[in-house]
Amino acid sequence: MDAIQLIYLVPLLPLIGCLINGLARNALSKTVVGIIGSGVIFISFCISVLIFLQVSQEGFVTQNVHYFDFIHVDKLIIPFEFQVDQLTSLFLLIITGVGFLIHVYSISYMKAETQSGFGRYFSFLNLFVFSMLILVLGGNFVIMYVGWEGVSLCSYLLIGFWFKDHENNDAGKKAFIMNRIGDVGFLLAIFWMISSFGTVSFHELFNEQNGIITSLTDINSPVIIGITMLLFIGATSKSAQIPLYTWLPDAMAGPTPVSALIHAATMVTAGIYMIARSNILYSLAPVTLAGVASIGLITAIISAIIALKQNDIKKVLAYSTVSQLGYMFLGLGVGAYSAAVFHVMTHSFFKALLFLAAGSVIHAMNGEQDMTKMGGLGKKMKVTYITFFIACLAIAGIPPFSGFFSKDEILSAAFAQSPLLYVLGVGGALLTAFYMFRALSMTFKGKFRGTSEQEHHVHESPATMTIPLVILAILSIIGGFIGIPEVFATNANKFNDFLSPVFAHSTQFMNQQAVPHQTELILIIVSSLLMIIASYWAYQKFTNYAPATAADNGFVKAIKNKFYIDEAYEMLFVKPWHSLGAFLNNVFDKKGIDGIVNGVGKSVNYGSRQLRLLQSGQVGSYLLLMVVGLLILFIIQLFTK
Amino acid sequence: MEIKWYIFLSLALFCIGIIGALTRRNSIIVFMCIELMLNSVNLLLVAFSKMHMAGANAFSYSMASSAQIFVFFIMIVAAAEVSVGLAIIVMLYRNTRSIDINFLNRLKN
Repeated sequence: MDAIQLIYLVPLLPLIGCLINGLARNALSKTVVGIIGSGVIFISFCISVLIFLQVSQEGFVTQNVHYFDFIHVDKLIIPFEFQVDQLTSLFLLIITGVGFLIHVYSISYMKAETQSGFGRYFSFLNLFVFSMLILVLGGNFVIMYVGWEGVSLCSYLLIGFWFKDHENNDAGKKAFIMNRIGDVGFLLAIFWMISSFGTVSFHELFNEQNGIITSLTDINSPVIIGITMLLFIGATSKSAQIPLYTWLPDAMAGPTPVSALIHAATMVTAGIYMIARSNILYSLAPVTLAGVASIGLITAIISAIIALKQNDIKKVLAYSTVSQLGYMFLGLGVGAYSAAVFHVMTHSFFKALLFLAAGSVIHAMNGEQDMTKMGGLGKKMKVTYITFFIACLAIAGIPPFSGFFSKDEILSAAFAQSPLLYVLGVGGALLTAFYMFRALSMTFKGKFRGTSEQEHHVHESPATMTIPLVILAILSIIGGFIGIPEVFATNANKFNDFLSPVFAHSTQFMNQQAVPHQTELILIIVSSLLMIIASYWAYQKFTNYAPATAADNGFVKAIKNKFYIDEAYEMLFVKPWHSLGAFLNNVFDKKGIDGIVNGVGKSVNYGSRQLRLLQSGQVGSYLLLMVVGLLILFIIQLFTK
Repeated sequence: MEIKWYIFLSLALFCIGIIGALTRRNSIIVFMCIELMLNSVNLLLVAFSKMHMAGANAFSYSMASSAQIFVFFIMIVAAAEVSVGLAIIVMLYRNTRSIDINFLNRLKN
């Protein structure tokens, strides 16, 4: 059977689930809602597996499934089409697979919600998955943009899910507005592509034989640089890079599984996907690539530094996501596209795991998120503790866990570009190892620091929550082995081979001078040892955490306050914008526009009140006026001859 | 006789009419003044018609005859107007026992 024919079902099923759960949320019981919500994703996952099997067969060529014309204006035709290739099928697996586990987990996590809220939650969750699937399936930039906007909307809905608390609404709005800034960049890039190439379809642009972009040879042409820069602005907002990253830490206002979904399966990987999808464009613009790499690296390091001093368990994870996304952009920027996508995959395993485990902790602590009030939970929550530990090992890049392979691939590609990138990258990775194990120790080790009531409440979460944790933990352990670097075994990097057709054209632009195996091996060993030392140090240091009594010095205070970036944005953009708004409202609108509108009314009113006096009823005065009028007409007639 | 004497006469009649209509309060006199104005115009039309008759060409001839026909129309309209106007004055008298034109401003309310 040709699985590609069923491709429309992959996004359609979550949409159906969304409609059923959304419309019948008051009628269906929570169990039914949970089964429908997770079930549709599971079926999508099964179809994705079939598609993946077909795509991974020998001799598969990229397929384009055309449904109908979405936009048809004059010569411009933008069809509603799906494109299926290796990259798409991989993202399908990640989105539906990890998404399914998060759905299952949510059934228990959200069981305290009202019946209607529970249905609403699953409806939004399904819509989120639907939008992301549209994004990765879309066969042209416009369809991709539809999904792109869809995930923005869903993130807004889900971050502000508990809308009775005003802070959550603000966080949702912040995410939406920040994304909007990037969307403008993406939209302008689409317009530019339409005007200079006349099409936005991937298969017409990037086709290996006669694609419009593929046949271009001049590097760094202004048009390509402009388009790639605009696309990258879109990616920075969606994938939370400097300068548009501040929405992601605030997005922690939503329920924890939503954070897991945003960080692992949907939303933030969209930017990576978009750049990987248009890799041929980017390869033609090394200037932009350098920008991508440096933005990625700066983001990775700054957010890792901020994460060092966060006490909210979810905030730590949020900044770690920003940091890991920075690594992915570093990978894209140095031309290691498949390494970046590899990191997307492994990251989705361990980051989903971290969030779900954190959710399990928060669940046990009755909503408490402050790590200074936790401690010693490891004894009572064995499964959560062990899985969280595995995820920490994976994200810290300790071999042989999955994060090690993907991060190493990115870093060695960075080394090939410039050793400076490598050193900074390893520095950021060391910080990652440190703050993750700090979080681990503060949460699970030492003595309990909360109230005795909370201590009594702590319990291991139910099976629907722990089973996804275990599955994700297994994936976090073994996920890396599909991409073993050349150093350890020749031709063992299955992942690279699988994705190579997507990036085949780009490789010719990259002057990848391979790092000598010996050097690479030494680098791997040294960096791994450093990671282990950093992890162990943090693990020991924070095992018996006690709140510091001394006042923080300047730098630590700056870190705790996230380098005052939110405050700076507030000063630079929000305040002037508000005062401009106030000016327009009070002066321009109320005085200017209202003045004109009311003035017209008032003058007509006044004039008619004066003219009314002429209607006196005196026949004589009428006659007099008539005569005066006649005289005036005569005089005019006389003098205009 | 020169045309200008006709014009002076007509103008004088018209001015008398206007002044009468503006200054008098007796509605019948006002009415008569209006008639006077109409007839001064009629006089002017006939005088010009006569002047054009003296001219030779065919165009001025047709102009002249149509002016005389026009005078008849005005007379008929004036007659109709008189009948309506007198009826109004009669009604005014019946209602107010007066023919003072300023009583008409009661229509205002």
